[in-house]
Amino acid sequence: MEIPWVVTARQDTGLNNGKIGIWLFLASEVMLFGALFATYILLRVGAPTWPLGSSILNVPMATFNTVVLISSSVTMVMAWASVMRRRFAAYRGYMGATVVLGFVFLVVKYFEYSAKFHHELFPRTNTFLAIYFTLTGLHMLHVIGGMAVNAWFWGPGARLYHENPEWFANRVENSGLFWHFVDLVWIFLFPVLYLL
Amino acid sequence: MGDHSADIDRHVRIYVVVFVTLMALTLITVAVSYLHLPLPYAVAVALAVAITKGSLVACYFMHLISEKRLIFMVLALTVVLFLALMMLPIFTVANRVEIQ
Repeated sequence: MEIPWVVTARQDTGLNNGKIGIWLFLASEVMLFGALFATYILLRVGAPTWPLGSSILNVPMATFNTVVLISSSVTMVMAWASVMRRRFAAYRGYMGATVVLGFVFLVVKYFEYSAKFHHELFPRTNTFLAIYFTLTGLHMLHVIGGMAVNAWFWGPGARLYHENPEWFANRVENSGLFWHFVDLVWIFLFPVLYLL
Repeated sequence: MGDHSADIDRHVRIYVVVFVTLMALTLITVAVSYLHLPLPYAVAVALAVAITKGSLVACYFMHLISEKRLIFMVLALTVVLFLALMMLPIFTVANRVEIQ
């Protein structure tokens, strides 16, 4: 069966279905993280005291992770550009780099979490740590999800490139939109949790 | 948006500029945090830098700058609902509701 509107745009929306689908999903994600950011504000303004993020958390590690995630957004968008230019080897390199950078982010986060647990700092310890682990934990799940999709398109999913490169380019663009959203969330999480 | 080869080359040059700008803004936001500004100023600077960085990612990496009208309509509704969500804690504080 031929699936319609995977490459060509529908006349009524001006978009292919994948594009409108991923943006609707990202809109729901904005509300998911928005609810937790609103919770953070409520907890913070309602608390008698609130620690400076940098007094508990490791700012250099988080700064490094910010650089890693921004770099992975660039390699992601370069992967898409490589498909658009029909340079498959370059695509493979950039997409592979995106997955590796996602993995580096997780490794750094593992060391951060381990250090906290080692110092007996758990989500139950105080309100700050509760919202810190909730927000960064949910973000980390998104990183893992994005990595799984990107790894699929780097590996077995890349078969589609040889059959229908335009369709493949759209899929890479859509998985990229999710990955950039994950980067975007971190851009707000980093100052809110670590620097303020 | 046009996706011809010359367009893609132009995109790639923009991506590099955006990447360098994002790195510079990351350094600025960390450097400012070491100045230990009073909290309202620190929040204002951190949010201004984060919104600038987020806008760059959305506009250029997510191609919003050349996106179709329907996407903007979806996002406009999202912005309204997101702001309503952010108002909830503000109204709660304004009403002096105590949090146990």
